[in-house]
Amino acid sequence: MLLIHCPYCDEDRPEVEFANGGQAHIARPTDPSTYSDPEWEEFLYIRRNPRGRHHERWRHLHGCGRFFNAVRDTVTDRFETTYKAGEPAR
Amino acid sequence: MKRFSGFNLIGEAFRSHQGWPEHWPDKAPKAAYDAIIVGAGGHGLGAAYYLASKYGITNVAVIEKGWLGGGNTGRNTTIIRSNYLYDESAHLYDHAVKLWDGLSQELNYNIMYSKRGVLMLAHNVHDVQSFKRHIHANRLNGVDNEWLTAEECKAYCPPLDISPNARHPVLGGALQRRGGTARHDSVAWGYARAASALGVDIIQNCAVTGIRRGADGAVEGVETERGFIASKKIGVSAAGNTSVVMAMAGLQFPLESYPLQALVSEPVKPIFPCVVMSNTVHAYMSQSDKGELVIGAGTDQYISYSQRGAFHIIEHTLAAICEIFPIFTRMRMLRTWGGIVDVTPDRSPILGKTPVPGLYVNCGWGTGGFKATPGAGDLLAYTIAHDAPHRINAPYNLDRFRNGRLIDEAAAAAVAH
Repeated sequence: MLLIHCPYCDEDRPEVEFANGGQAHIARPTDPSTYSDPEWEEFLYIRRNPRGRHHERWRHLHGCGRFFNAVRDTVTDRFETTYKAGEPAR
Repeated sequence: MKRFSGFNLIGEAFRSHQGWPEHWPDKAPKAAYDAIIVGAGGHGLGAAYYLASKYGITNVAVIEKGWLGGGNTGRNTTIIRSNYLYDESAHLYDHAVKLWDGLSQELNYNIMYSKRGVLMLAHNVHDVQSFKRHIHANRLNGVDNEWLTAEECKAYCPPLDISPNARHPVLGGALQRRGGTARHDSVAWGYARAASALGVDIIQNCAVTGIRRGADGAVEGVETERGFIASKKIGVSAAGNTSVVMAMAGLQFPLESYPLQALVSEPVKPIFPCVVMSNTVHAYMSQSDKGELVIGAGTDQYISYSQRGAFHIIEHTLAAICEIFPIFTRMRMLRTWGGIVDVTPDRSPILGKTPVPGLYVNCGWGTGGFKATPGAGDLLAYTIAHDAPHRINAPYNLDRFRNGRLIDEAAAAAVAH
């Protein structure tokens, strides 16, 4: 089980308190009606799925309830850092 | 290849079985092939075998970064069934089940396909309605699936607890009698041996590091740890690592790779006669011919290539097993392991051509690829040989994520594939 640092609570807590929110820093369409099919495909379905350094969202579901971002290595599962939502990607 | 037969067995018995040759020779790569398959799991080896046996392309290499059958082929719970809801899925999975029949004879290798039946338990009214809908849809597609009452479930699988005050009461179940299990390693070994006998080169411990493309964009071959290997046709069957391989060709795929765990108990005498799945409480189990209870757990919630999962997933699964089968509460578990499964947004595979000419893909089988092994191999081989998909795998194209024609088994299959 992962030990995850919540940047809002500023505590290391077990993974069962958290819900993974998938790839981070995916911008929502600002003007959806102008989006073409390939742009929708890209936004909805295409994912980076990297082997190595990965930006992902987590939600401290059974804690403060807030979303934050994390950088984790997908081979070792080791967290590099976690940071608050809205901050630029690290 | 020396055929396995009663005659050869008796002959070898007179000379202490010293005359059996190796199943397949370990080959060094040639400079060029007519087709290359990336990934020597059941699906990839199956594709190579069918390319050589059915579609007349024998100058084929299967390139594997680890050892043959060491990925998800050696890490699954060996369940075979085809009782999927949608027409496209029923056709695809039933194509595989039909090929499982007779595969031991075809490959001259005992893959131990056992039609012991797959029983899916219904624990609430929603399950009952959903399973009956599945049964009707399956029958329209010519796929056997039948409804059993709770008492009939108990008769079919005596260790079940069907008492009405159980934590997860059994209201009935859907039984596919043609479903069952096969010996996973034998499937890979059988395909490897048969393909090798037809001239296919199996190259292990040779990771693909790049895909070379020409000026027109078409593939020219693969860069590997043992040098460049040329081929105009490349089929990728790399399961959890598909995104990594596709990135070498400049493609991003609608895939995410998750750890999926399984575990086995200590071996005991035969007690569990079939495969039981309970999607609501997320547990599924069978007993191997060696006597171990083979139990499938769920995926972890995060992307990982670590080939191991978290222990609380195991705990959750065993809690459900103990509720449904109180007889096993004191059983000891021997081993747990994880494999990396590539999951698509609609939980259906991608099997066909890619935007890159000469590059074909078989991926996205998620948590349920083993059952499809012969079918996926055959259809990937067909697609490579004809440069066009078979009508069975035509719906499983990459374009569906653009045009919206998803095959949404994520909702229809009620979880565990």
